[in-house]
Amino acid sequence: MNFYAVMAIYKFEMARTRRTLVQSIVAPVISTSLYFIVFGAAIGSRITEVGGVSYGAFIVPGLIMLNLLMHSISNASFAIYMPKFVGTVYEVLSAPVSTVEVVLGYVGAAATKSIILGLIILATATFFIPLRIEHPVIMLLFVFLTSITFSLLGFILGIWADNFEKLSIVPSLIVTPLVFLGGSFYSTDMLPPFWQSVTLFNPVLYLVSGLRWSFYEISEVNILVSLVSITAFMLLCFSIVLYMFKTGYKLRT
Amino acid sequence: MNAVTEPILSIQNLNKTFADGFQALKNINLEIQKGEIIALLGPNGAGKTTLISAICGIVQANSGTVTVAGYDIARDYRKTRSIIGLVPQELSTDSFETVWNTLVFSRGLFGKKANSAHIEKVLKALSLWDKKDNMLMTLSGGMKRRVLIAKALSHEPAVLFLDEPTAGVDVSLRKDMWKIVQELKNDGVTIILTTHYIEEAEEIADRVGVINAGEIILVEDKTELMSKLGKKQVSLDLCDPLATIPKSLAGYSLELSENKDQLTYTFDSLGDRTGITSLLDDLKAADIYFRDLNTIQSSLEDIFVNLVEESS
Ligand SMILES: Nc1ncnc2c1ncn2[C@@H]1O[C@H](COP(=O)(O)OP(=O)(O)OP(=O)(O)O)[C@@H](O)[C@H]1O
Ligand SMILES: [Mg+2]
Repeated sequence: MNFYAVMAIYKFEMARTRRTLVQSIVAPVISTSLYFIVFGAAIGSRITEVGGVSYGAFIVPGLIMLNLLMHSISNASFAIYMPKFVGTVYEVLSAPVSTVEVVLGYVGAAATKSIILGLIILATATFFIPLRIEHPVIMLLFVFLTSITFSLLGFILGIWADNFEKLSIVPSLIVTPLVFLGGSFYSTDMLPPFWQSVTLFNPVLYLVSGLRWSFYEISEVNILVSLVSITAFMLLCFSIVLYMFKTGYKLRT
Repeated sequence: MNAVTEPILSIQNLNKTFADGFQALKNINLEIQKGEIIALLGPNGAGKTTLISAICGIVQANSGTVTVAGYDIARDYRKTRSIIGLVPQELSTDSFETVWNTLVFSRGLFGKKANSAHIEKVLKALSLWDKKDNMLMTLSGGMKRRVLIAKALSHEPAVLFLDEPTAGVDVSLRKDMWKIVQELKNDGVTIILTTHYIEEAEEIADRVGVINAGEIILVEDKTELMSKLGKKQVSLDLCDPLATIPKSLAGYSLELSENKDQLTYTFDSLGDRTGITSLLDDLKAADIYFRDLNTIQSSLEDIFVNLVEESS
């Protein structure tokens, strides 16, 4: 194990965050506050309770999920796309590092940032609503697994993308709609039966549902199903990354 | 196998065809001894960078084997890559990183324990010490080139690839660079460099390899190469223009310049007799007088140009 290399990449990536502190931390805090003001206060005054919790509290897991997904993907995809774009990737490709070490460095850093972000959003939420978390350990486990999985997905995206458009297309055209349609800000019970069934094909539903269960013990799908799904997806993403490095896909010519 | 003569770098039957079907390396064979400085010359697109990239793990070869210090670059990539330092041709650096941090990063990436003293030494050797806290984007092109060299040296490689290290570097810095290369050689580092400046190869290389269109067309000891292929010429500025070369001088390889006032005699500098004395006698006999006489020795550049023209 080239431990020094893992640390070098990890530190490099974390330093990059420190340089963009406003973008990484302040922006999500502001947007989260806006969600609470708009959704929580404005809409919440009409929808009082969902499944026994206030609407403001109900959307907290969804908000956290939204941010984890978006930021994991963008952090990790940029982390590998930029070196490819600028040309500095030559150094990583010619270094004595295995795929696992590269992933630990880049994906580890991206996931770390997401986890910190998730906790910051959680803290922000407590300013707006009284929060209770029934299963903090499972909550953390979910945040952890989601951050790693979607950082892996972002990493795949960053390797695959050969222009900026492709880089932004997945988060904006796929992930955002899935999050909004995945019951982040409403319960699927509120939908007509047909759309309820359609929603079951949305993978984000399983994430939001699982995280929400860890907060309030209310969920659309069984918590175990959620845990198994996210773990399976994580393994799938990791296998794809391994395969990409093994074949040199878009990295080595 | 004898440990002393085992090459530090051995390339056997290396082939590379890119995805678009272009064959950039054609059955490359090359052995390099420890502590050697070898210069790879070749026109643009010859395959120099591709060859280096294949050895360093950036380009995947289609067939052939490469060993570094006896280790296979594919099977034992950890071992080989930790020995190799690479200075790429392209000036690609992170913009916001500082000089110091980027060296610390490189050293770590190559699996070496942090060592500020070593990094300080490298930065000072490359006259970058006063820039250590500068962000990379604030450096000039020549400084960035030196940062790339410093990054490669930060992890103490035993084999160093320099892909056009002096492109865009001013004359005094180029001389500094040659000095550094010489010092690295004295420390036992093996250096493979590519260059378009022939005088650079003449100045610092022990051996010269010429690549053209993906093939190594020659690898020779530099001094041997120059004396073997080196031709000498004597040019004579004539007092009176000459219409044609007289029959009595037909035995010499003479050339008359276009404006008919200069004769050039080409001879093999290694031959037992150069024929100059008899030529001068015969000139006098033919009533041809000259004002001035110059001898010209062909440089590596002439040799190189001839070789590439012949092979293509
Ligand atoms: N990724 C690629 N796909 C297709 N062809 C490529 C690729 N990279 C390089 N080539 C081609 O391979 C040939 C060799 O390129 P290479 O960069 O090795 O040349 P070079 O000898 O380093 O030239 P220069 O002196 O200009 O640096 C060129 O014809 C180039 O166009
Ligand atoms: Mg080149």
